[in-house]
Amino acid sequence: MSTKVLDALKAAHASAIDSVETQHGDAIAWVKRDHLLAVATWLKNDPAMAFDAPVLATCIDRLDWRPIDVPPGAPVYPATAPWTEDRPRFEVVYQLRSNRHRHRLRLKCAVPEHDARVPSLATLWPAFDWQERETFDMYGIKFDGHPDLRRIYLYEEFVGHPLRKDYPKEKRQPLVRRDDLPINPIKTPSTGGH
Amino acid sequence: MGLELTTTRLEDAAKWAKQSALDRATNWGRKFSLFTYPFVTACCGMEFMSVAAPKYDIARFGAEFPRFSPRQSDLLMIVGTITEKQGPALKRVFDQMAEPKWVIAFGVCASTGGFYQNYHAMPGADQVIPVDVYIPGCPPRPEQVLDALIMLMDRIQSGRGHSQLRTKREQLIAQDHPGE
Repeated sequence: MSTKVLDALKAAHASAIDSVETQHGDAIAWVKRDHLLAVATWLKNDPAMAFDAPVLATCIDRLDWRPIDVPPGAPVYPATAPWTEDRPRFEVVYQLRSNRHRHRLRLKCAVPEHDARVPSLATLWPAFDWQERETFDMYGIKFDGHPDLRRIYLYEEFVGHPLRKDYPKEKRQPLVRRDDLPINPIKTPSTGGH
Repeated sequence: MGLELTTTRLEDAAKWAKQSALDRATNWGRKFSLFTYPFVTACCGMEFMSVAAPKYDIARFGAEFPRFSPRQSDLLMIVGTITEKQGPALKRVFDQMAEPKWVIAFGVCASTGGFYQNYHAMPGADQVIPVDVYIPGCPPRPEQVLDALIMLMDRIQSGRGHSQLRTKREQLIAQDHPGE
């Protein structure tokens, strides 16, 4: 994968890009959150970019994350992401592809825990609509400007976001149980019985 | 008669002797004409199809007729993982079935949750409805399913199914407390 897209992106939106990198041949651009919508609009509409295929939108929870080659105690956040405000916990990831030019680009946006919101790209690429709803469902990222930001997989009664790393692994939130069910003898802090 | 040939174990024979002739005949009829409601949610469904197909042929035991309406069925087969979100639907299907009714949990996911120990999977369908026979396996072999069906038929014949016992209990309570 050439860095042609990254070079063009840096030339056009120098102030909006934190850093760029390539990983296994895929181009990655770290975009400032406030500029994400402008950058994405340009990527979609510019004839030389023409990103017409939204591939995926998701999130990474970096809580306690540590690459395998970093010793304990060393700073763990990717050195290529010079986002130091409050050492953000989440990365929102958008993977884009252009069928016309046959190139790919991954946009990453660092999001701190206390203000977990990013601008929604569902208005640009409608296919991101449900993917952003899933990301909201599982990670609790609020997408500003999303037309219908509700849970997509889980039920409305569910409290919390289960793919966050601090969600207890076996905590269940049952909708219905038998009346004659015996009390669960094995009570752990994570399950809390029934 | 020949009906006695269907029970082999001693305790079953004792229970058999205690039943009235009408109960005996009714339960005999019930156990050989189970209409199945396949509540198929996951990959165990392939194994269920294998059991229902001619090679293993669940029709040999009179349970070959899947009815996709709970009103017309008396055996609920829970085939696959039950999620917490599906719980109300499963309970509703069970409540819509007419008495007497029986439930088989098909595979580990329906029995205990299997390897799903997380936020979305219910730890066994018996959290929501009473289950008569559990079939382990991921997925179970067709022979295990047939074995479970034969166990269930024994249970039906001796009147030990959950819904049969419940009906019996309600009758006894009504006898002891008439007018309530």
